[in-house]
Amino acid sequence: MTTPSTEPGRENGTRRSLRRAVPYLLLTLSVLPIVIGYAWVIIATFSYRTKGLLPIDAEGNIGGFTLQNWTFVSDAEIWRVALNTFGIAIGMVIGVGFVSSLAGYALSRMNFAGRKGFLGLTLVLHAFRPEMLLIAIFHVLLFIGGIPLIGKFFGFNTVGGVALVMVSLELPLGVWLMKGFFDNIPWDMERSALIDGASRFRVWWEIILPQIKPGLAALAIFNFITGWNAFLIPFTFTLGSKVSNLPVYLNRFSEDTSMVSWNQVAAVGLFSLLPVMIFFIFTQEMLLEIYSGGAKGGA
Amino acid sequence: MKVELENLTKRWGDVFGADSIDLEITDGELVAFLGPSGCGKTTTLLMVAGIYKPTEGVIRFDERVVNHVAPKDRNVGMVFQSYALYPHMTVFRNISYPLKLKKVPQEEMQRRTQQVADMMGIGHLMDRKPAQLSGGQQQRVALGRALVKEPDLLLFDEPLSNLDARLRLSMRGEIKRLQLELGITSIYVTHDQVEAMTMADRIAVMREGKLLAYGSPEELYDRPRTLFIGGFVGNPPMNFVDVEVVQENGAYHARRGGFDVVVPPERGGQAAGHGTVIFGIRPEDVAIADDGVPGEIYVVEPLGRDDLIDVRMDEEARVHVLADPALGLRIGDNVKLRFNTDEAQFFDPETEQSLLWA
Repeated sequence: MTTPSTEPGRENGTRRSLRRAVPYLLLTLSVLPIVIGYAWVIIATFSYRTKGLLPIDAEGNIGGFTLQNWTFVSDAEIWRVALNTFGIAIGMVIGVGFVSSLAGYALSRMNFAGRKGFLGLTLVLHAFRPEMLLIAIFHVLLFIGGIPLIGKFFGFNTVGGVALVMVSLELPLGVWLMKGFFDNIPWDMERSALIDGASRFRVWWEIILPQIKPGLAALAIFNFITGWNAFLIPFTFTLGSKVSNLPVYLNRFSEDTSMVSWNQVAAVGLFSLLPVMIFFIFTQEMLLEIYSGGAKGGA
Repeated sequence: MKVELENLTKRWGDVFGADSIDLEITDGELVAFLGPSGCGKTTTLLMVAGIYKPTEGVIRFDERVVNHVAPKDRNVGMVFQSYALYPHMTVFRNISYPLKLKKVPQEEMQRRTQQVADMMGIGHLMDRKPAQLSGGQQQRVALGRALVKEPDLLLFDEPLSNLDARLRLSMRGEIKRLQLELGITSIYVTHDQVEAMTMADRIAVMREGKLLAYGSPEELYDRPRTLFIGGFVGNPPMNFVDVEVVQENGAYHARRGGFDVVVPPERGGQAAGHGTVIFGIRPEDVAIADDGVPGEIYVVEPLGRDDLIDVRMDEEARVHVLADPALGLRIGDNVKLRFNTDEAQFFDPETEQSLLWA
């Protein structure tokens, strides 16, 4: 409309872009230590030794790139351990997902004696640190181990047993989250399906569950990562590498009495991190849903 | 199908959702449940649908008691205020869902779904998801889904209140025509008395869980049995003025201060001798005239075809009058009012019951 006076405009522009740059600068600075840490891990796995961020060889000269830290991938043991880890993670995804989506629905939609008490108790249960329960869980697992057939898969020192314990420890949170997602689905949709002729189970399966898919997916990812990184429970309830998982394996690696090769520890660590990172890159959008509450209700 | 509600009650602890409702709906009739929000009309509807279990009382479809029949076995279709479409399903799958649950063969399902969709004018939208439809189209999908299973009873829970005014008007007509054509017994819940008046064969007026009146729109309009119904049914609402009815020289007069109108004996006679009573008169039964009760114009609200004039007769008595905009009335003008007392209503101020239609 008017002839723009370029001078103040340009000054404004510079100042504005400067002001815009400040948060980025601060964020970059604050993130730097972490980035450097990861950079070190990646560099270290491919070097003989490191000095700072620089790879060095035995004589202390720069260089010395090597693949010897990665030789463990040719060992069958690591793959068995990885499979165990995967088993625990998937066990959690399925176990927690299945039980919480049923329990959450019941708590959200049905009226039964003790509903309020159960909700409160569940929240309290979530507050228990698993460390407090280790001895008790040990006894439970020993007991399960004594049951024929089932004991073979879910007793002490089995992957199934570890998964079972992890699932039950994660259930309180899962149930509460799922209840929250179900609460967001309007009643009318459910009533409508009932009148259309669906049974209660079909309403849950065909109408309600599809609405909370994002929430369910977020819970699954969350559980996968928790299961994948589980340490305390597998560490406590497994003996030896036959049933151990990656974090436990990694831990044994670094606490051997012989001299620790930190470069090798870094390599195993990075190896165990890869699936989760790949997983996260593809699913992070869904993961954020967990805090925004599932599906949008209504039409 | 005939529907009978007998002493139907729904209680949550001490809270009454519906309080001993007695009602009969004849086959093919469209009955409106009319009342302000929270009056128990939706609660009653959900009991008929089978979603809520009655605390007391009986629901009969024809002669069959259905209290313990599951919603899916009642063969009712319902349209919700929120439409309650299934967002993850296409229009086709939404409409055909009841048929799928009934295990209707694929081919027949296809045919009936298409037929209903065409009837509703949404046959070309079959592959859309509800989110890709306008409000009016969503409404049609919901209606189609309720109709596709050829229900014995149609339930409407304020189906038009989410539509804009123009669409509401046209949908109102369409639902009415559809219901007449198909002859399906229907219950229509609404808080909009115009909707109830225009669509229903009979209206059940409810308040605080109780059924206050049940009758044809004309009956409720011409012979309101309580003060609440008099004020609730009709738009703009009925005027109420405290008067005393006296007999003088063989004629009945309703009087207060400067207000004095002659009332026909068949109405005045019922109201005389009760002390102060409430005189009710509809705005269309009051006219601006050359002589009559004097008053001063307080507010003029143009409605288009008419002006709604608020006339103050004295400190406490005001009446709304429908007047011709051509009169060019202004705030502060002094006017004279003539009352068509053939349509006058009288209510007892204590019991709020009509003195004419006990």
